[in-house]
Amino acid sequence: MRLFLLTVLNGLTLGALYFLVASGFSLVFGLMRNVNLAHGSLYLLGGYIGFDVAEMTGSWTLGVAAGFAAMAVLGALFQILIFRHMQGQDLRQTLVTIGISIILADFMLWIWGGDSYQFIIPDVLFGATSIPLMGIKYPTYKLFVLLSAIVIGIGLWLFLNRTRIGMMIRAGVDDRGMLQASGINVNLIFAITFAIGAGLAGLAGVIGGSALSLAPGEDLRYLLASLIVVIVGGMGSVTGAAIGSALIGLADQFGLTYSPTYGVTYTFLVMVIVLAFRPTGIMGRQ
Amino acid sequence: MTRLVKPAVLGAAMLASAAAVGATQAAEPIKMGALATLEGAFTVLGQEGMRGVELALQEHNYEVAGRKIELIKASSNAQPDSAVAAARKLAEQDGIDIMIGPLSGSEGLAIKDYAKTQLGVTFLNGASAAQDTTLRDPAPNFFRFNPDGAQWIAGLGEYTYKVKGYKRIAVVSEDYSFPYTMVFGFMKDFCKLGGKVPEKFWVPIGNKDFSAIIASLPEDIDAIFVVMAGSDALNFLSQYFQSGGDKPLVASSMTVDQSILSSKGRSKDYLVGTPSATPAADVNPLPEWKAFVDGYRKAFPKGLNSPSLFAQEYYVSTKAALAALEMVGGDLSDGHAKFRDALANLKLMTPAGMRSLDANRQVVTDIFLTEVAKGEDGDLKAKLIKVVPQVNQTLGESMDKFLAYGPVGRDNPSCP
Repeated sequence: MRLFLLTVLNGLTLGALYFLVASGFSLVFGLMRNVNLAHGSLYLLGGYIGFDVAEMTGSWTLGVAAGFAAMAVLGALFQILIFRHMQGQDLRQTLVTIGISIILADFMLWIWGGDSYQFIIPDVLFGATSIPLMGIKYPTYKLFVLLSAIVIGIGLWLFLNRTRIGMMIRAGVDDRGMLQASGINVNLIFAITFAIGAGLAGLAGVIGGSALSLAPGEDLRYLLASLIVVIVGGMGSVTGAAIGSALIGLADQFGLTYSPTYGVTYTFLVMVIVLAFRPTGIMGRQ
Repeated sequence: MTRLVKPAVLGAAMLASAAAVGATQAAEPIKMGALATLEGAFTVLGQEGMRGVELALQEHNYEVAGRKIELIKASSNAQPDSAVAAARKLAEQDGIDIMIGPLSGSEGLAIKDYAKTQLGVTFLNGASAAQDTTLRDPAPNFFRFNPDGAQWIAGLGEYTYKVKGYKRIAVVSEDYSFPYTMVFGFMKDFCKLGGKVPEKFWVPIGNKDFSAIIASLPEDIDAIFVVMAGSDALNFLSQYFQSGGDKPLVASSMTVDQSILSSKGRSKDYLVGTPSATPAADVNPLPEWKAFVDGYRKAFPKGLNSPSLFAQEYYVSTKAALAALEMVGGDLSDGHAKFRDALANLKLMTPAGMRSLDANRQVVTDIFLTEVAKGEDGDLKAKLIKVVPQVNQTLGESMDKFLAYGPVGRDNPSCP
């Protein structure tokens, strides 16, 4: 029973981490039809920058903020300098982002080396917390990851569904020409969306890097996770990303705990089943 | 790509050799290849290995018995196929005479087999430590001046049981030939004394998320034997302590290696008091060790506080090659026969004590039993408990009896 509860929590917290990365990916991919395969690089780069800032200032919180801000700026630059010029050309965008991800990976290896980086997290978050009723102890930091994913998820949903800018983003996706005709600067809206998506990846880099660690190769791991989550959950839906992340996280952890040898296959099994019965993803629209 | 390049390389090599014949024989450099993991989870260890090779060569000014030494580096990622590909490039394209490497256990097994096809090249192991690289079916031109995994931790099983008093231990280990060897070396003594190992967890190299294993660790154990290196070890340690884990640890050599002890982060503080055994004692009083540390710090200001085991092992192998070359006057013209003879009979004083080879060209060396302690400057150091003198590959038993334990693996040995 203890093992089962721990595995559920492990699955949910891993899912929370995936959600932090994949929500930004889903936002850009689904809403803007921009295939950003450099999303994993934004995760890792944000983590590294956050690490350096946290080292310099001694404040982990500033590190998180720096990870978000730096990647948000970079994301906006991506949109303004690159993707704006290849609107709607899927293949070209895909190739360009693959190129960017390779270049960024080499730059990061050059600057930060092959070392593993571990954040010094604030004392409050270090150690384990007893969970009432369940009678088990669980890492405080992982509970924090779970909580921040929930807060960010709700915030994102409110932003898209309850604010004026969110409304514009959704309208722009459905009919770009119409939105432009009603006097709204569409390019600005898309730059904002891209900045938020990239910023979330950078934020996840610091939060995820503190839960596990930062090392070369993590960029691809999270890009793959984001792709699977978006495929399972459906593109452009925050709720879909949340459901997808939770499913993938749970499948991964239950697999690893109860049949370690075949652990890795379960996430793909989930993907295959979803693709077979709901090709657009669980919350995807036709 | 290779197809296009090969003729060009061949042409260049032919031109070069024609030119070399014209010059004097002595002026021709000895080509030395160095192979270490500069990619993947063991990148830091690989960098350390390369530093060891460079330091040894620097001490000789890249010259031995009047012949220049040309160093050619190659990288692998701890997988056997990548090591063979890199060795193949060194041996067949660069035309090296001597190779130092590889770093990781299964790479060593693969390179041993490859060595049998390249009898014109002499291979000196870097730091790889799987048992069967030299124990069963060894290659005549593969020399290992480094202990295997079971030798690395000679004496730890007994110390853990008798002095530390841990009777039930769970093993968390990377899943390949070298950790198998090491777990065998630990369990051979530990189980014989009556210790129990109820569960062993094998994880792939490069695993990041250990939450499933931490959740599955049994409650009724006295300690955990951790056999992991580099970022894998760091990840496990930080996640275990963050999850409120409070079992004491017993560590493999590389889990409390300097590359981990000098890493940033808080979780390593929990390592104080952890017993381990290693061929590299950081507080070894030998003057050779001190000279090695001084040389390392001077040569690599950006290196670690103190050279790691992997720098040391590559250094020792390179030193052995240089010493043997010195003895034969740099003469490899007889198909390396005299050079290999010199290697086989070499008695080498190293930073880790006296080393020599057995009949299988496997080292006999001192091993150091250690515990992690905090130094005066607050840095963690491995503190010497005692020296286990001149450990051989069969751990003091006869060859026949030792071979009867069978090849090591996930399920051998076992004492649940």
